[in-house]
Amino acid sequence: MRKSLATLGSSLGAIFLALFICAVLLLVTGKDPLAAYGKILETGFTSDKFVEMLKRATPLIFSAIAVAIGFKMNLFNIGVEGQYLFAALIAAEMGTHVSLPAPLHVLFILVVAMVSGAAWASIAAFLKIVRGINEVISTIMLNYIALSFIQWLFETFFRDDSDGGLNVKTTKIAPSGRMPDLVHDRLNGMFIVALLVAFVFWIVVFRSRFGFRLRASGLNPIAARTAGIPASRMILVALMLSGAVAGLVAMPAVIGDVYGYGPSAIATQYGFAGIAVALLGRNHPLGIVGAAMLFGFLDSTSAELQLSGIPSSIVKVIQAIIVLVVVIVNEASSRRYNRRTAERAAMALKSLDARL
Amino acid sequence: MAIISTVRLWTDQDALTSSGTIGTALRLTVPILLAGMAGLWAERCGVINIGIEGMMIFGTWFGAWGAWQFGPWVGLLFAILGGMFGGLVHAVATVRFNIDQVISGVVINLFAFFGVRYLSELVYVGKPGGGISQSPPQKSALPRFNLPILSGGEIAGWKSPDFLGWLESQRWFILGDFGGIGRGLTHNLSWATVIAIIIVPVSAWALWRTRFGLRLRSSGESPVAAESLGVKVNRLRYYGLLISGGLAGLAGGTLSIVASSYYRQGQTAGRGFIGLATMIFGNWRPSGILTGAMLFGYAEGIKLVASDSITALFLFIAAISAVFFIYSVIRRKRVQVLVTLVAFIVSAIAYRTIDTVPESLTQSLPYVVTLIVLATANQRLRPPAMAGVPFRPGEPH
Amino acid sequence: MQSESVRPKLNSATDVVNVVELTNISKSFPGVIANRDISLQIDRATIHAIVGENGAGKSTLMKILYGLHQPDSGTIAINGVVTQFKSPSEAMAAGIGMVHQHFMLADNLTVLENIILGSEPTKYGVLSLGDARKRVKDLATSIGVEIDLDLPISDLGVGQRQRVEILKVLFRGAEILVLDEPTAVLVPQEVDELFVNLRKLVANGTTILFISHKLDEVLSISDQITVIRQGSTVATVSPKSVDRLKLAELMVGSDLPSHGERTTKVGEKILLSVRNLTVLAKARKNPVQNVSFDIFESEIIGIAGVDGNGQFELCEALLGLVDIQGTVELGGKDASNLNVRERLDQGLAYIPFDRHREGLMLAASLWENGLLGHEATLSRGPMIDVKAARKSCREIIERFGVMTPSELVPAFVLSGGNQQKLVVGRNLANTPKVLIAAHPTRGIDVGAQAAVWKEIRRSRDAGMSVLLVSADLEEVLGLSDRILVMFDGEISAELDPKSATPQILGKYMTGMQ
Repeated sequence: MRKSLATLGSSLGAIFLALFICAVLLLVTGKDPLAAYGKILETGFTSDKFVEMLKRATPLIFSAIAVAIGFKMNLFNIGVEGQYLFAALIAAEMGTHVSLPAPLHVLFILVVAMVSGAAWASIAAFLKIVRGINEVISTIMLNYIALSFIQWLFETFFRDDSDGGLNVKTTKIAPSGRMPDLVHDRLNGMFIVALLVAFVFWIVVFRSRFGFRLRASGLNPIAARTAGIPASRMILVALMLSGAVAGLVAMPAVIGDVYGYGPSAIATQYGFAGIAVALLGRNHPLGIVGAAMLFGFLDSTSAELQLSGIPSSIVKVIQAIIVLVVVIVNEASSRRYNRRTAERAAMALKSLDARL
Repeated sequence: MAIISTVRLWTDQDALTSSGTIGTALRLTVPILLAGMAGLWAERCGVINIGIEGMMIFGTWFGAWGAWQFGPWVGLLFAILGGMFGGLVHAVATVRFNIDQVISGVVINLFAFFGVRYLSELVYVGKPGGGISQSPPQKSALPRFNLPILSGGEIAGWKSPDFLGWLESQRWFILGDFGGIGRGLTHNLSWATVIAIIIVPVSAWALWRTRFGLRLRSSGESPVAAESLGVKVNRLRYYGLLISGGLAGLAGGTLSIVASSYYRQGQTAGRGFIGLATMIFGNWRPSGILTGAMLFGYAEGIKLVASDSITALFLFIAAISAVFFIYSVIRRKRVQVLVTLVAFIVSAIAYRTIDTVPESLTQSLPYVVTLIVLATANQRLRPPAMAGVPFRPGEPH
Repeated sequence: MQSESVRPKLNSATDVVNVVELTNISKSFPGVIANRDISLQIDRATIHAIVGENGAGKSTLMKILYGLHQPDSGTIAINGVVTQFKSPSEAMAAGIGMVHQHFMLADNLTVLENIILGSEPTKYGVLSLGDARKRVKDLATSIGVEIDLDLPISDLGVGQRQRVEILKVLFRGAEILVLDEPTAVLVPQEVDELFVNLRKLVANGTTILFISHKLDEVLSISDQITVIRQGSTVATVSPKSVDRLKLAELMVGSDLPSHGERTTKVGEKILLSVRNLTVLAKARKNPVQNVSFDIFESEIIGIAGVDGNGQFELCEALLGLVDIQGTVELGGKDASNLNVRERLDQGLAYIPFDRHREGLMLAASLWENGLLGHEATLSRGPMIDVKAARKSCREIIERFGVMTPSELVPAFVLSGGNQQKLVVGRNLANTPKVLIAAHPTRGIDVGAQAAVWKEIRRSRDAGMSVLLVSADLEEVLGLSDRILVMFDGEISAELDPKSATPQILGKYMTGMQ
């Protein structure tokens, strides 16, 4: 508990440090940081922006949890990007070939998305298990391959031009397959699903036997193997779980907004943003939800920033710097915390000794 | 050699070994080669550098800006400096603060990607030919030259005959290919390419024959031993990462200054990671990296210049697989027999059935090749022993 | 530079001055006082031994002499000149060379590269390899060592690597050699060879500091012995005036725990049976070749052997981590095709060779470490029963005397000995039927060692079979009912501990006989 508080404290401090560094960078490039920050705060704290923040946070939560599952086992799943886009296409297409009553239809689409994401991730898992290929490079390569593969699949099979217009998509999903809105037209039920997934993540990883084995494999893979935890199976299961959650990243858009998949309709870059959120949230569900909200908040202000003459990409730069600073500060402070824990324990032992 | 010549004649695909293809391949080899060398210098001193892609992005942007403002040579200089900036950030994060090296690299990639977008918004929007995702074209191109005598180069103003070009045009068995390959390597050669290739033996010499190189390598093999002998491991890692960043930046620079004449978003297209794969394939040795990079360059070259030739490539792969199949049966290497047999069957079928490979799929060729390369190259690898392991000087070991 | 003046002039009349004099050295780290007011005088061209238990402060003292640490107070004088070493380079410049217990060699670099690293002969930054090669070859010949300079270290055996370490310090002109537990990894015959090299060095005028806890060797080679206990000097004696027992008493401060005869008998059921076990290799030679043995209920079989003769692979094979030829039976049932989890469920337990690498999750709490390998017994359904797990850990801490404030602290907080006690306790707590114990008391002090032995004996008396793998002959001789010697992947001898001596064991362990 004490460690969590320490981490939270150092993270907050790091965020302020990062904002300071960003301000310096802004100054150097000739922009007024106070105006920028002011604008961000001003636009971000309006009531309808709050809903927008939650909406933008939802896919980030999915993405970050997917990455965090991998991190818990010391696996870097950089392939969330490819996994979720692949899942989006397959799920969107499958969703149009099936007719089921409303809740089942939605469930079906979600399950298909999770299975597809898991399947794409399993490629990287097999490459690692069978040939020892480092998952960082293989998942990144699979991202590019996914883009290519998806494009081919879409163009060749799944494209539906009956709607007309410039934004091509797959066939629109019937109303039974659409996720109902929480706030009309602005936030859909996937937000609840995201919170649910975060909760399940916590229970499984921190309280279940499987989660213990997962964490053990991450903390010391050799000791885990010696204690009967099969390394290859854990790698496969962990990456597939990660891919499954990754598959849900685009679902808010697919079944809540667009009702289909289209290359220009479904946003990219959520995979990498998820890594940032997971790092910022220290791979803990509470931290991830909080970090996702923070990023969502920052993202929601980008349009207004653009209008007032500040390049909107500054938001992304701020996010990247925040992550870097937080990771550094957390590393330094956790090392200091560990040292202090060791000292305190030694002191406690000395007093025990003396009393004996 | 004979095999590819036969394939060329059979399928009538001159492009397989034409000087155009080879020339393009060489040009495409350069960024991957430099990225691989960047990875080498980093890992040899003990730090995994996933951020090469980001440092290349800095290189493309700063290089284009320098070329636009001042000219190509200055542009390359700026590209190197841009990459070194990324290398410095990585060094501070991993050497001074000891955060996980992969995480640091990934964050640097993010930072670079969005950072240059921001800079583009600031600097390029509103300028002719520029915008948020590309820069205006550069002032002038980097000089190129032709090798004298063999490829029609100039010696003191006198234009020499193009012997290799003539050889190529004869389309003879083997000799014709020789001509094509030779001319591709020596005709219309950019100075940047020459520099990139020279870096290979220079790096090898520096790492194995100088005091600096030995100490740098020891920082990656056993920083504990090095420290005990008075080697300043952390300082060497800073140097190594600065060199790594600089090479990555140069790689980016060649993309925006030499291969094209402006910066475009997404120009790097994952080459930083392909460079890492090349480094692994090359077993962390400069000569191996050069070989690997040429392989990738050739793959990309074929894809760009002559995508119809890809079907001919299938035949080539089939033929090579057949040869290796026979070889591994003789040597009784069971796993290899199976692999080469599968490769032969797959590529033979592909050749027979596929007429044209759809454009969208050919895009993925270099990445698929990367995976294949990594999958086959994994035995007998000798990475620097302590690369990736955080090192804290002075702590009890 | 100041260090130049500390080099002795050849015709110095001040031979009486000690070559090394440490006065009132004190050093503490957070939470522990390593050296307390230590004073030491060492004569030139002698072999001076420093003995003490693990954790007594010997290594820290030597690291101070070598410049890796700075003393909190006290002085170092070399040849009568008071100096300060802020780094190993300064100590090296003063002529001190340290040969570490855990070799500091880069596996992938060649012998030559390892030797010259940090003091390379260069010309404008370029290595003068020819010059280096000649100098190293000359040095090697002068102490009777033959070695191929272009081999990577990974190709060398332990004895050769030690020679490389010695050449390393000689290359830098060391006149004072500090050897930290040099014989820990050597077999009796290799120890003799080392001593020959050392005597040649002394004859050439080198002074040698020899840190060890192997009392017999110390008595046979040294000219002076200093005993250090709990951070302070206890005595400096001449080997002629003490014997092993007296020395041990000085080291530990009280009587050594004695071994005692066992009161129970070996059982009649065979709990572990191994037949024709072969572990196939990727390289040329199989690490384990055709090994067969049985262990009865209530019996301890000790496998004696130098590390690297297949013991590690044997343990991995018994655990189920590698594919094998041959059979393994647990409790009469064939276990050859069971995986690790299944074997553990059948009552197998394993104390690993390297607790950090194979046994503990250092960043996790003690109770989570206690769970490792036994998660199923401490869960309710798919969830972990945290209360039960913590209680079980507290019981282990109590029973095995693990010194820790609570079961909640992370494992890295514990000292090595206590970590080992935790690992041993975790394995014994679930009353396994067969225990494979690899170096169960490696790197822990005598007190903890006795505690571990006691617990192993207790469980053995209750019916457990034990396969003890150890290179510590005292441990093997003291615990085992039968001794098997492993050499080059095969069992080369079966001996009775009552009649075996270290010399006989040494012969089998090195393949002679």
